[in-house]
Amino acid sequence: MEVVVSLAVGVLVASGVWLVLRPRTFQVLLGLSLLSYAVNLFIFSVGSLAIDKEPIVQAGRPADLLNYTDPIPQSLVLTAIVISFATTALYLVVLLALRGLTDSDHVDGEEERP
Amino acid sequence: MTALASIDHLLVVPVLLPLATATVLLMLGEQRHTARAVVDVVSTLLGLGVAIALLVHVDTNGPTSAVYLPGNWPVPFGIVLALDRLAALMLVLAGAAGLASLLFSLARWHRAGVHFHPLFQLQLMGLNGAFLTGDLFNLFVFFEVLLAASYGLLLHGGGAARVRTSLHYISINLLASLLFLIGVALLYGVTGTLNMADMAERLPQVPAADRGLLHAGAAILAVAFLAKAGAWPLNAWLAPAYGAASAPVAGLFAILTKVGIYAVLRLWSLCFPDSAGASALYGADALVWGGMATLAFGAVGMLSSQQLGRLASFSVVATSGTLLAAIGFGRPALTAAALFYLASSTLAATAMYLLVELLERARQVETDPPVEVAAGPLPAFFDARSLAVVNLDDQETPLIGRAIPAALAFLGLAFAVGALVIAGLPPLSGFVGKVAMLSALLDGEGAVPGAGPTARWGLFALLIGSGLLSSIALMRVGIRQFWAPQDRPAPHLRIAECVPIGLLLGACMLLVVRGEPVLRYLRDAAESLHRPERYIESVRAAQPVVRMPETGR
Repeated sequence: MEVVVSLAVGVLVASGVWLVLRPRTFQVLLGLSLLSYAVNLFIFSVGSLAIDKEPIVQAGRPADLLNYTDPIPQSLVLTAIVISFATTALYLVVLLALRGLTDSDHVDGEEERP
Repeated sequence: MTALASIDHLLVVPVLLPLATATVLLMLGEQRHTARAVVDVVSTLLGLGVAIALLVHVDTNGPTSAVYLPGNWPVPFGIVLALDRLAALMLVLAGAAGLASLLFSLARWHRAGVHFHPLFQLQLMGLNGAFLTGDLFNLFVFFEVLLAASYGLLLHGGGAARVRTSLHYISINLLASLLFLIGVALLYGVTGTLNMADMAERLPQVPAADRGLLHAGAAILAVAFLAKAGAWPLNAWLAPAYGAASAPVAGLFAILTKVGIYAVLRLWSLCFPDSAGASALYGADALVWGGMATLAFGAVGMLSSQQLGRLASFSVVATSGTLLAAIGFGRPALTAAALFYLASSTLAATAMYLLVELLERARQVETDPPVEVAAGPLPAFFDARSLAVVNLDDQETPLIGRAIPAALAFLGLAFAVGALVIAGLPPLSGFVGKVAMLSALLDGEGAVPGAGPTARWGLFALLIGSGLLSSIALMRVGIRQFWAPQDRPAPHLRIAECVPIGLLLGACMLLVVRGEPVLRYLRDAAESLHRPERYIESVRAAQPVVRMPETGR
């Protein structure tokens, strides 16, 4: 389980960083989204990974971390998802505005000279 | 509980008031400019008043910090707002920079695009929340609030240059926010808490095996803050973005880099004080040397900039570097001096950004008269009203807008005062801050491991050298702006543009005149920062209000 999650985070971060360093705005946007997925998975994993231990208290089971998973990282992830969603949407608007103003999808608004 | 009822509820006002105002402003609609301006100014004034009241309260009420539990949950579980002297100082600075920028924007900028006023208030809410919060994740949320508002404000006015630098600014800040999240997650994983005071208390008990992870988390978090503070080499975004922003927005942004500085100072002094055992003063070297590199970069940048806007941006970078290096020494006397420098340079940088536009306008008048003033996309707005209160000369004609030296004299004087403060020359407040830092560097008490004599003398030399470089740069700009042009018409200024600059520079002068009490306050602030036990204790001691005493809990 840990290995799978770490691999997923690693692959997402690697592709995200590569895309963020690309010159096209849409690639940067996708890179930022992939990075934010990676970070969300990472936050999820710091609360220790567990199967079948949802953080909802049930009658008859003592409320401690042996019986339930830690709810805090999950709520953090929820907030982080909302915020990254909103900022991605904003980024998309700025991306389109730049495209309209400069007729280029390069991050600097103009093509590099060879 | 009665004490809580009175002053402590005031603690949440700096967050709630801008939020409520932003909502009202949104509902007022885009067409009612006067109503929006009035609501915004009244609310910002009120916010500044509350900030000053909180500062006076925290100064008179001794060493403990005021703590407010917004959700009324017991401390390590619920979120907290905590106010100490540092937070109160930052609130007042944010209120002052905000009020000045807002007044300046009323001359014309607030109509240059939609939703200027609501975004402005949300920006203030994010700033105030970041200064007040005592919870790491809430700090992230308030950072995002202030950044989201700053994205909108940076775009205010439109144009390809703004959109292009906004794209860079947003990308950098999104990446920094992701690093922020990774750092928070690591720290939570190691300590099991997000409350800053609780975390600081638990850090000494972290087992040696987890210490590497803890340090990695703290370092990643610091990278996020340093990118926002404009520390070298993470500051390539700063000068283009601030230079492209409209004048009142750039004036408000002068406080944004200070949020990064504040977060570093708060968390570093709380989590890694002298007494933190294996982690004592972790990262002090990086702060000191990184700060010195930033200071050198900023000073050279000031010398190399041709436009006044870029020069002001590099002066902000140099200030960040000075502050980071001074904080990194971990000595109360030096931190107090750095805080004085922070206050004076924030006010001066805001004034400078506002002046930039007026000076650029003066030059545009000189080279290309009709375009900018008469036929620009934004015709005069305030002239009609402000004429009534304007000074009149012997012929009963208003002094504003005529080719007489009054406007130029104001610009020249304001520029000279701002330049003296930024360069740190006597007799103004920048000088007091620099002298206090230099004298604190000279007494060698309590040498910090790592930050030895080399770092001390290095910073000493850099402070003086950067003062020289920035005075050369500012003098060159001054000569080009005021002495070189011949027979040019005086620029057209409006009252609404001159008043905020005058107020900010007046505040800088007040800092000199009342230097002793201000330094005493800041010494107390620095003492309590470097002895975080009191802050931790007062946060831990906060009790939720019990609604019905008869039922008990």
